[in-house]
Amino acid sequence: MFKLFEPNKIFSINLRITKYILFLFIIVLSIGLVEALFLSPEDYIQSHSVRIMYVHVPSAWIALGIFSLIALLSAISFIFKNKNFSIIAKSLAPSGFVFNIIALITGSIWGKPTWGTWWAWDARITSMLILLLFYAMYILAWRIFNEREKVTKITSIIAILGAINVPIIKFSVDWWSTLHQNSSINILSESTIHPSMLLPLLMMTAAFSLFSLLIFLMKYNTELIKIKNKGLDRL
Amino acid sequence: MINEIIFMKGYGLYVWAAFSFTLISFATLYILIKINLVKEQNKFTTKFGLLDKEKVKVAQTQSTNREILASRIS
Repeated sequence: MFKLFEPNKIFSINLRITKYILFLFIIVLSIGLVEALFLSPEDYIQSHSVRIMYVHVPSAWIALGIFSLIALLSAISFIFKNKNFSIIAKSLAPSGFVFNIIALITGSIWGKPTWGTWWAWDARITSMLILLLFYAMYILAWRIFNEREKVTKITSIIAILGAINVPIIKFSVDWWSTLHQNSSINILSESTIHPSMLLPLLMMTAAFSLFSLLIFLMKYNTELIKIKNKGLDRL
Repeated sequence: MINEIIFMKGYGLYVWAAFSFTLISFATLYILIKINLVKEQNKFTTKFGLLDKEKVKVAQTQSTNREILASRIS
């Protein structure tokens, strides 16, 4: 199975598909923005401020999804000593980190008109801030430590420890009484969001996913070229 | 019509700020990652150019090395 993820194969595919993903991202984002800003209806309670949901929610989903993936890849890399999986995990981190920041900032902007405050030490928001700290520690660890084995071990531990926070974020609104509203979209039960709002939300989620894929591919290529640069030194 | 789009019944500032922040973050991240990628590609091309004939032959046996050089030319 690991052969599917051989760096040479991924690099070769990356070079060819990056520009198509950028093109597709621009198209999907443009449609998503028109839907989110102009075509979707306003909320009967939150009025137009509900439109912030179309950037806030997909960002939070992707930040959580990417960190879960980083933790999984780090665990595999740690157990099977697979170097490539740790490079894939490392390449996923920048977009996850930025999506985490976007989720916190847009949430804060949304909080002012709806809750009357920019920030509250509420369970969901605080646990998202903790996730951001784990992202920062993970990225910094890759920068600070140079020895390959040591850095793989440290980053894997950070990712696995940070993964404990992921279900806390997900269920924080159910476990504690928080300012943050409960989930409107459920996979296992019926969603409480109207299709006219669900469509732009899914469109923006697709656009954001494409963007994170684009950044991942570019970062992965950079990491691979860095390794090849070291390889040329050793020739 | 235009006023409604801009002001959004008093929520315009919040909505436009959230969307602007998101798009600016995207552009910044994309530019930073792209700059880093180009920098590494340039470093690779320079190092490759300094290799002697024998080492070039060895380096060219690897498909990824050829792909990196080709991607710089295109």
